Amino acid sequence: MKQVAVTAEPISTAMALDPLEHLGGGALASFTGIARADCGVVALELEHYPGMTEQNLNALVDEAMARWTLLGCVVIHRVGKIAVGEQVVVVATAAHHRAEALDACAFLIDRLKTDAAFWKKEHRTDGSALWVEAKSTDDARAEKWSL
Amino acid sequence: MRFVYFARVREAVGMDCEERDVPVTVHTVQDCLDWLRQCDGRYAAAFAEPARLRYALDQQMVTADTPLDGYGELAIFPPVTGG
Repeated sequence: MKQVAVTAEPISTAMALDPLEHLGGGALASFTGIARADCGVVALELEHYPGMTEQNLNALVDEAMARWTLLGCVVIHRVGKIAVGEQVVVVATAAHHRAEALDACAFLIDRLKTDAAFWKKEHRTDGSALWVEAKSTDDARAEKWSL
Repeated sequence: MRFVYFARVREAVGMDCEERDVPVTVHTVQDCLDWLRQCDGRYAAAFAEPARLRYALDQQMVTADTPLDGYGELAIFPPVTGG
């Protein structure tokens, strides 16, 4: 079972976990990214490349399902304006045992950060808005999953 | 050819997409950048830091030395920052 979605509507961890709960596995893992109130940030704005972004996410899910024995994989990413405290991304995996579910979940969020066509802007209390720069620490985490 | 821009690049160029006839002397993604830089100062500003640019041809990531042959859409954007 796999599901990939890019949506401008609010998302939740439960939305991603629900379809994975009854696949017969003994393990569910998930990661939820939440908009943080760093240095006066009041909202994030996420832009994507319709078509390419979904292809990027599907390729990551296919790679995870080829590398680990998984029963299911869900990736839901929100786009548009996202207020502090709201969810930006949810990645969830189901497997027979925890190791596969946890490793695949970490792989998916680490590689999503560097491989999927999304761009993030921070809106601040003073009315300014700044594009977030890519981080070398994210590249290093993604690189760890290279075969 | 259709050009699409995202994030900081989109704002610097001042539009999200455009159609342009590419001169016969333009063969690669890099040639395209050089040609656009000469067309208008907005492109020169948007493409000022090549280390902070990424490219996709027909929605596949490519490097700047990739030939444009047979592709219809070139996307130019900063390194991705989702999640």
